[in-house]
Amino acid sequence: MKKTIITVVGKDTVGIIAKVCTYLAENNVNILDISQTIVDGYFNMMMVTDATKASKEFSVLSSELKALGEVIGVVIQCQHEDIFNMMHRI
Amino acid sequence: MINIFEVNETNKMISQENLDVRTITLGISLLDCIDSDLGEVNRKVYEKIVTLAGNLVETGKAIENEFGIPIVNKRISVTPIAMVGASACKSPKDYVTLAKTLDRAAKEVGVNFIGGYSALVNKGMTTGDENLIRSIPEALSCTERVCSSVNVGSTKCGINMDAVRLLGDVILETAEKTKEEDSLGCAKLVVFCNAPDDNPFMAGAFHGVTEADAIINVGVSGPGVVKRALEKVRGKNFEELCETIKKTAFKVTRVGQLVAQEASRMMNIPFGIVDLSLAPTPAIGDSVADILCEIGLEYAGAPGTTAALALLNDQVKKGGVMASSYVGGLSGAFIPVSEDQGMIDAVKANALTLEKLEAMTCVCSVGLDMIAIPGDTPATTISGIIADEMAIGMVNQKTTAVRLIPVIGKGVGEMVEFGGLLGYAPIMPVNPFSCDAFVNRGGRIPAPIHSFKN
Repeated sequence: MKKTIITVVGKDTVGIIAKVCTYLAENNVNILDISQTIVDGYFNMMMVTDATKASKEFSVLSSELKALGEVIGVVIQCQHEDIFNMMHRI
Repeated sequence: MINIFEVNETNKMISQENLDVRTITLGISLLDCIDSDLGEVNRKVYEKIVTLAGNLVETGKAIENEFGIPIVNKRISVTPIAMVGASACKSPKDYVTLAKTLDRAAKEVGVNFIGGYSALVNKGMTTGDENLIRSIPEALSCTERVCSSVNVGSTKCGINMDAVRLLGDVILETAEKTKEEDSLGCAKLVVFCNAPDDNPFMAGAFHGVTEADAIINVGVSGPGVVKRALEKVRGKNFEELCETIKKTAFKVTRVGQLVAQEASRMMNIPFGIVDLSLAPTPAIGDSVADILCEIGLEYAGAPGTTAALALLNDQVKKGGVMASSYVGGLSGAFIPVSEDQGMIDAVKANALTLEKLEAMTCVCSVGLDMIAIPGDTPATTISGIIADEMAIGMVNQKTTAVRLIPVIGKGVGEMVEFGGLLGYAPIMPVNPFSCDAFVNRGGRIPAPIHSFKN
């Protein structure tokens, strides 16, 4: 299973997680893990998700999440986990 | 499982420190396009490139999207055209038709450069080789995306001084033919010693004859990432400095390896090598010279520069080698002048001279790169500079290269603007004393004694 890492970075506000999770649920993306912290006053969230059964293509999910981020006022990025595994695991 | 800090580190490298994959270069063999009929060669070359590279740009974009890593350039390298055209091209003019075909193919598939308008003449020139070299000024002035290179020396064969002499004229003529654009043509022409067969970086990329039919080579970059990492070890000793560079180079190269594997899988073309180079761009924070400053120099060119560059180059290799299953190409730090803001600043501050750059090329991956010199520099002087650089490569068993731009109509201190990734540069002074008698001797310099290892 290829996991997709979704990161959300931006100014903290009410309902960021709710909105992102709602979108993922609507598109049949399963959330495996969520971690969240505040770095330099900025909201920072990472989700590990399984998008193998998603109702949309990766590129569509990626651009729709980006657009959703623009509406909320945060930056949302979707990446395959391989780039992180390659860089941080031997 | 990957944690949030690791994810943030990677994404910060990409968004703030200019981490990118500099190029995916598709190497294509054109040996099967050889024909005695010129029209036929042109047709076959065009068709093969367009067929094999049709989805290169698209693949690059898909990978960018999937991993969130920018892939700045998608490029093509081909078999040295001197060989491909040898049977059909009876004159330099005939070779120019092939340059135009390459340009047309590059535009059709959407790559920004196509390399391989090249000749390998480290020992001698065939008629075809000489015709190609003589056609370079015309070829580079009437095409937009074609890059040319000539290998004039190697540790095994010595230096072909006839070719070195000829290239002095060819470089000046190319400058003259493209003088309306600050002699831009010369930015697309590289003279090599020990040229690698699998280099993905332009302008010196070509697809060596020892390579497979098609191959994916990837060039990574990341001077900004190294610079930021070194900011955290200011004042620490060399052990910590070197460890930091090594670890960073490992991380940067892993991304290249991933992209290369993915591109290879998607295009169903074998993966060749990852080139672990620190390739700067004129963008702020993407400079090799800035790393040298971070190591402790006021400007690149100050005493200590060669040592700092030597350790940087070595640590980049040590970190990168373990990160990739196959490493090749040029692999090391690039020190172009016009493409590196820190180098430009160093020249402006009179900290960096042509002679110091030459010393630096002894310990890094390429050579005298993207250096603007006065347009009235004699051809023999250009040949002399090339000969010096080739000698460094030959004796030290390493790749060296020369990409000089004599800017017609401009003199020392004036600025030239090449635009885009090629950047801008102040024109540097050249030693005014003559080497005419040396360059005009003709013939070749024999291979050095340590090349006889058999």
